[in-house]
Amino acid sequence: MFAYFIRRTLGVIPVILGVILVVFILTTIVPGDPARIMMGQRGDPETLKLIRKEMGLDEPTHVQLVKFYKDVFTLNLGRSYRNNMTVIESIKSRLPVTATLAIGAMIIAVVLGVSIGIYSATHQYTWQDYLSMIFSLLGIASPVYFVGLIMVIIFARKLGWVPGTGLGNGEWIYYVLPILTLGVRPMALIVRLTRSTMLEVVHQDYVKTARAKGLKEKAVIYKHALKNALIPVITIIGLQTASLLSGVMLTETIYSLPGLGRLSIQAVTNRDFPIIRGVVLFMALVFVLANLLVDLSYGFFDPRIRYE
Amino acid sequence: MSDKNLNKKSNLKSEGLKETSDTLLKDSWRKLKRNKLALVGMSIVILFIIVAILAPYLTPYDPVEQLIWTEGAAVKLAPPSADHLFGTDLYGRDILTRVIYGARISLQISIAAMSISVLIGIILGTLAGYYGGIIDDIISWIINVLYAFPFLLFVIAIVAFFPPSLILTFSAISLVYWMSIARVVRGQVLSIKEKEFVEAARALGVKDWKIMFKHILPNIIAPVIVQATLGMGSIIMIEASLTYLGFGTQPPTPSWGYMISAGQGYLAQGQWWWGVFPAIAIILTVLGFNLFGDGLRDALDPKSR
Repeated sequence: MFAYFIRRTLGVIPVILGVILVVFILTTIVPGDPARIMMGQRGDPETLKLIRKEMGLDEPTHVQLVKFYKDVFTLNLGRSYRNNMTVIESIKSRLPVTATLAIGAMIIAVVLGVSIGIYSATHQYTWQDYLSMIFSLLGIASPVYFVGLIMVIIFARKLGWVPGTGLGNGEWIYYVLPILTLGVRPMALIVRLTRSTMLEVVHQDYVKTARAKGLKEKAVIYKHALKNALIPVITIIGLQTASLLSGVMLTETIYSLPGLGRLSIQAVTNRDFPIIRGVVLFMALVFVLANLLVDLSYGFFDPRIRYE
Repeated sequence: MSDKNLNKKSNLKSEGLKETSDTLLKDSWRKLKRNKLALVGMSIVILFIIVAILAPYLTPYDPVEQLIWTEGAAVKLAPPSADHLFGTDLYGRDILTRVIYGARISLQISIAAMSISVLIGIILGTLAGYYGGIIDDIISWIINVLYAFPFLLFVIAIVAFFPPSLILTFSAISLVYWMSIARVVRGQVLSIKEKEFVEAARALGVKDWKIMFKHILPNIIAPVIVQATLGMGSIIMIEASLTYLGFGTQPPTPSWGYMISAGQGYLAQGQWWWGVFPAIAIILTVLGFNLFGDGLRDALDPKSR
């Protein structure tokens, strides 16, 4: 078990090194002179030269790359071209909003998704089952921003239950719609997956055995079937982190929330390279770590994996 | 054994092969036909392709022509009517026409992006799976690294800094999408290269590239088709998200995502048609590819025969 954990954890290192390399390439090959972007119209040739030297832009690429690795590992990612905040400060100040959205959406998606999925599987071919299947098919196919738009119109404008956009003074009520919006797609995926794996599992011998020995249906479903049906669901949670982070960008845009997603889009529009590097790097690291956690949790859920 | 005999034998063998692949196809088609949802998906996909190809013949209007200059304020955000089935937008452009031409853009980008993805995915996935060792390590490393990025942000970071064009959009999308094909291919190749017929070919001294393309490739085509069909939905979604955020294809080129973002402000005021019709187009198309892809997976899966 311990060896499995260590091996998986070490396996992440080359991926992280690669992620840093890709971020470097991505922000180096693009056309445009960072010094000029930073100074805007003000820059005279002398100042530009000075800035280039200061930023190490006149060094050969491989020297810049080594410096970039060093900067990343010492968390010295520079400052935004726009407001002179350090990249780390910018990310720190935007992270709470994004984390609340992403974690909230994931919790809702898992709790509701698994419950609806189980209900569907145990009530196969009833109207409730069909309804949840229609919901999940549409949920997977609907763009996040359109779902958000409809939710704002119904729940904020027409019914007035919750505020529409923005963050007010940060009260929880402002997070309700964005979290629901972001949660729809992963929830729809989890409903489908839970339903189909549950249907597979309930026909397995060990579930039949559990039934045959007279266990109550509830015990059969929750103790025997669910445990095994959840393994693919856990995988999806890990893989969904990436699309959740993409969804965050769209959700924060429609609800005008000051999170990492909007920060990244603003940074791209402003060509604010330090911020772009910082946010892309941060999001990729979150994905890698989330999937590491998922992998490690298999070790608990499925003992077979440890020995592979 | 004489050459003649060998030839005869291999002829027999290939006939046998043909027969099984024929029945496999027939079998799959029979199963697909029984799956109603898959048929619905297939019909949507076919409709989408026909609409995209025949766009100019399906509508009397031009997708970018602003009718308010010729017909006046009556066609400014006009609700659906007999003349304009989906209504018009702020500039008097026929929304149905723009949705139809939007299908064209969507189809062009998704097919181009998917073709490149499949090409790269098959080549790299096969190399990784077949050779293993250091080649596999490197390719798998690239896949894992690229997989770590949220694809939307990654694509935006590429398209935002270059002059916008169709080519740029689909190239950027395929740059992040090929991995999902490569993963499937690699996994399939890993399991198939252990099969006896591959070992037999190797024992006969058949060259590596010939084994890969003549013996292994035909056996992994089915899962690749399934993955590609399902992926079309994802790519259409990415493309729409890009234009929704203002990247990718630029106005006035009709794109579904851009239409939603342009029309969203009018939605709450009751002029819903500008934003809702393109959204329905996205949902239907993605749904179509998903249902069709799921159906294909069930139909082509030899385990469920």
